[in-house]
Amino acid sequence: MDFKLKALTKSIWVFHVSAGSCNNCDIEILDCLTPRFDLERFGIQLIGSVRHADAILITGAMNRKSVPRMKKIYEQAPKPCVVVAVGQCALSRHMFRFSYNVKEPLDNILPVDLYIPGCPPRPEAIIDGIVKLVNKIRENK
Amino acid sequence: MDIKDKIREKLGAKIINWQENSPRRIYFEVKKEDIFETAKFLFKDLGLRFSIASGMENPASLEILYHFSNDNTGEFYSVRVHIEDKKNPAIDSITPIFVGAEWIEREIWEMLGINFIGHPNLKRLLLAEDWPQGQYPLRHNHES
Amino acid sequence: MSHKVIVPIGPYHPLQEEPEFFQLYVDGERVVDIDIIIGYNHRGIEQLAETKHFDQVAFLVERICGICSSSHPYAYVLAVEDILGGEREVVPERALYIRTIIDELQRLHSHLLWLGLAGHFIGYNTVWMWAWKYREPVLDCFEMITGNRQNYAMFKIGGVRRDIKDEDIPVLKKALDELVPAIEMFRGAVMDDPVIKMRLKEAGTLTKQQAIDWCVVGPTARASGINIDIRRDEPYGVTDRVNWSVIIENDGDVFAKTIVRILEMNESVHIIRQCLEKMPKGKIDADIKDVPPGEGIGRVEAPRGECFHYIRSDGTNRPVRLKIRAPSFMNVASDKVAAVGGTISDAALTLAAVDPCYCCTARLAVIDKPSNKKIMNGWDLVKLSQEKTEKLKQGLSDTGK
Repeated sequence: MDFKLKALTKSIWVFHVSAGSCNNCDIEILDCLTPRFDLERFGIQLIGSVRHADAILITGAMNRKSVPRMKKIYEQAPKPCVVVAVGQCALSRHMFRFSYNVKEPLDNILPVDLYIPGCPPRPEAIIDGIVKLVNKIRENK
Repeated sequence: MDIKDKIREKLGAKIINWQENSPRRIYFEVKKEDIFETAKFLFKDLGLRFSIASGMENPASLEILYHFSNDNTGEFYSVRVHIEDKKNPAIDSITPIFVGAEWIEREIWEMLGINFIGHPNLKRLLLAEDWPQGQYPLRHNHES
Repeated sequence: MSHKVIVPIGPYHPLQEEPEFFQLYVDGERVVDIDIIIGYNHRGIEQLAETKHFDQVAFLVERICGICSSSHPYAYVLAVEDILGGEREVVPERALYIRTIIDELQRLHSHLLWLGLAGHFIGYNTVWMWAWKYREPVLDCFEMITGNRQNYAMFKIGGVRRDIKDEDIPVLKKALDELVPAIEMFRGAVMDDPVIKMRLKEAGTLTKQQAIDWCVVGPTARASGINIDIRRDEPYGVTDRVNWSVIIENDGDVFAKTIVRILEMNESVHIIRQCLEKMPKGKIDADIKDVPPGEGIGRVEAPRGECFHYIRSDGTNRPVRLKIRAPSFMNVASDKVAAVGGTISDAALTLAAVDPCYCCTARLAVIDKPSNKKIMNGWDLVKLSQEKTEKLKQGLSDTGK
């Protein structure tokens, strides 16, 4: 297994991209960091630059204006990098499926490693998803 | 004299159609040539707050409603304007009177293709750069 | 000789939510101009609403914004009920009270959220953590009443979807009782702390005349001395049957905006308590079947200001046109004057002070205009803001010696 990918599971630095979401998923992601859930005790941290990121969390229905930005962000991320789709919009475009401004779903644009469903997913669901992903990477020797 | 009467007196014959759905919801129509003067009177002289404008497409015309709010009484005035020319719709911009209208005029311009004459900064607000020219999402016949 | 530098902020930022893109034109430390580019969140909701029937649209507009996820559906159902003859004519008494309770609970959680983010921006991460800690019990109340922490789906045309059960009321009251000392603590922390005062005073000032010209709404306008509040001007729910007051400050700077929001939380608690006392028993839904042709306007005081919905119906089961105006649409535009003239370390704070529903940046990078070289990224701008606070603190303790 990829040594670098395995090293990544120790302390995940997360970069968060909102590609046309309604804020709910984004708030719940931030909520994971605040005292009740406190993800930072596991070394999971939100960071300001994608160049330091181990994982990218993507929320929202991809609209025409944010798709090129998102591709650029993914290019800048150091590889290997895990892409996590958070929330129903990122998974399936939800109720914006027929919108003129939302052309394609996220998995057609970037390789997605983990899907966390919910509108919005609860912080527990997000933490559970991350734990599952970490375990999977570790087992996958 | 309350604001309703002031509007009726000042604009007089310019008001085509006056309609009160309820005491707080007042709709009246003016010609599109008169919108600049009307907006100036409502905003500057009467001190109403500009809430927003909503544009829409009807079978026969394009329509813009300028919503003004009287925050002392809760009355809400909507000035209706019809633009018959659907090929090259144009109307005077009210942004020179107050800057608060800048964004909404840009939005109506890109969504419905109505040209605002005298707007200082008429460029795209919400849509992407690669959105096809001449396609307006809120027109009923757009292709996307 | 002046040497202009462009600072792009956006469109992605780790702390704010929605993406928005600012370009600051900087001369030395001063911000001389600002360009605001939005649309990274545009999902075509107004057009989608025309393809859904009246009940579905309530769910659609709920997903405009996650922080005010009761304001938009509320404004929408008010607009439809305006066609039907007005909220008071249609909706049962008990539902009016439930609507107001939900709306005010949402204001509490939204203001706490903003307070936390503002704290982070000036380098007081403790404020961030504490504010969000006290926000959790509010979300628990939501979960208890509606079944979800956000996106409550409480509003439907003619009433509300779920009732507040009798056994929920003591829990709700207890949560409010515990929140009051927390609000009091925040008020003390912000008003009495000399560093916060120095940092926020005279940052990002919006004068009364500017506020009128830019047509700003909500706490942003009230902090500039404009006396507006839709809850009082055009009462909806039961906001005219309970006692509360409109908070107004005159300075227009970030400090005034903070004070307005903190004091408003007290008013919200006050309103909810009175509603819980006065709430009558009865039906919660009027079972509206059809929407007649006509046009209606609904206005709600969202946490950020007036939320406006205009709807036109032609007698079918779908709206012909739904126009939505979120409060930030007016407030964010006013950043253009509020940030210009300030220093660059105030910029991040000023842009956040209107409580925009937006996400400011991740790749906020400073570009040197002639060479187009990036010299600073987004995180650094927040850091710059935090360093300024640090310096102020230092200066304060030096003079104290």
